[in-house]
Amino acid sequence: MKGKMKELVSSVKRDHLVELALQGKRVDGRALDQYREVSVERGVIGTAQGSALVKLGNTQVMVGVKLEKGEPFPDTPASGILVVNAELLPLASPTFEPGPPNEDAIELARVVDRAIRESQMIDLEKLCIKEGEEVWAVFIDIYVLDHDGNLIDASVLASVAALYDVKPPAVEEWTLPEFPLTKKPAAVTVVKLNGVMMVDARLEEENIAEARLTISTLENGDICAMQKGGSGFFDREELEKAYELALKCGEELRKKL
Amino acid sequence: MMETGKPEKLIVDGRRLDGRRPDELRPLRLKAGILKRADGSAYIELGKNKILAAVYGPKEMHPRHLQQSDVAVLRCRYNMAPFSVEERKRPGPDRRSMEISKVIREALEPVLFLYLYPRAVIDVFIEILQADAGTRTAGITAASVALADAGIPMRDLVTGISAGKVDGTVVLDLMKEEDQWGEADMPIAVMPRKKRITLLQMDGNFTREEFRQALDLAFKGVDLIYEAQKEALREKYLPSLEEEK
Repeated sequence: MKGKMKELVSSVKRDHLVELALQGKRVDGRALDQYREVSVERGVIGTAQGSALVKLGNTQVMVGVKLEKGEPFPDTPASGILVVNAELLPLASPTFEPGPPNEDAIELARVVDRAIRESQMIDLEKLCIKEGEEVWAVFIDIYVLDHDGNLIDASVLASVAALYDVKPPAVEEWTLPEFPLTKKPAAVTVVKLNGVMMVDARLEEENIAEARLTISTLENGDICAMQKGGSGFFDREELEKAYELALKCGEELRKKL
Repeated sequence: MMETGKPEKLIVDGRRLDGRRPDELRPLRLKAGILKRADGSAYIELGKNKILAAVYGPKEMHPRHLQQSDVAVLRCRYNMAPFSVEERKRPGPDRRSMEISKVIREALEPVLFLYLYPRAVIDVFIEILQADAGTRTAGITAASVALADAGIPMRDLVTGISAGKVDGTVVLDLMKEEDQWGEADMPIAVMPRKKRITLLQMDGNFTREEFRQALDLAFKGVDLIYEAQKEALREKYLPSLEEEK
């Protein structure tokens, strides 16, 4: 099986899941547009400036935010730095292995990075201490603890929750009255399983889906990031449908923050 | 974001920095079969982009543990030459190129019949020789021509292009300055005959209406590039077909 996020599924189970999908049903009784139980717990790690543990059903993702002083990038001398990293820990799945991040981990980190960065939820300009010399760097570390599907949505939700948990006074020589946050992006991943579109796929659904599309939206309905994945395709009507789902479910996810 | 060197306006009187209208592509040149050793190859120039694509295979997969018993494996490597950008790029894969290689593979897989070649591998190499925004989509456009040039059966070609937003205007085929200072960038790849979308990424800010406009523009661009892809293949193969007559 290529890609360590996916696992082999028996043909009996595959046929069963496809059969259900065609009737608009799912193996755990959910509707196609329904998330598993969502829980967001903030402030779970004392040594991080901000942290959160998100559960989507059995999927568990922890995010820690660290703030450090650093040098700005030469092309953005007056802007703070955002760094997103994701670890698919070997304890989270029998298919995850120790070692440097593979393409799945890199894609996850970069998709979360764009959802956060492009939403402009962090006012990076306010994180400038001295132009060209010193700025605050925000490190978002995503720790996948238990992989039962839909890591992207769980990771974005945990990252946004952890950012809203940041307590700057705990940092030495903090230079701002507060951590400058403005918006709440929400990522919703829609998978296509035998032509049927559904949100928040659990692992066995994800394993047999043809393709996925993640749409990150803001409170006003604007799109700030998208990413298609998987070996299948979407047509234009399916994009529209995915966008509707992203709006509806994004609003529900935001309420959990 | 505070950035240096940004022109005050990227669109003046409906014209972009290089004189294009919002719905216009950059000058496009596409050639099939320009590398002798590769099973298939293509070269694309889109504006200042210069990109080579080569295909090897289907061939036996080594190491064998990477073989798949029921299908061929498609491997894609998107790589930027150290001299392809303003400041020298450190050679070798990085996080960006690894992600792009993955999404390119997933953009090409839908057109291939991988079940025809169990245990085999098809290698696609995309080398960015000169970069000016839109390299992943131009790379896909070239790679699908290279796959066809290699004689590999395909459901359709795959055509890549980007649409985006610059100075509040939805535009087609962003150049470097527009990518850098614009408000949104949406790379997209399409199987043109059935309008199937095989790659979609986006960052920046789109309202619903802008998203729709961007898709409309992208599909228009795809139709134009698709013709150039077919023409490149005809140009290479028609002469030899005529000879046979």
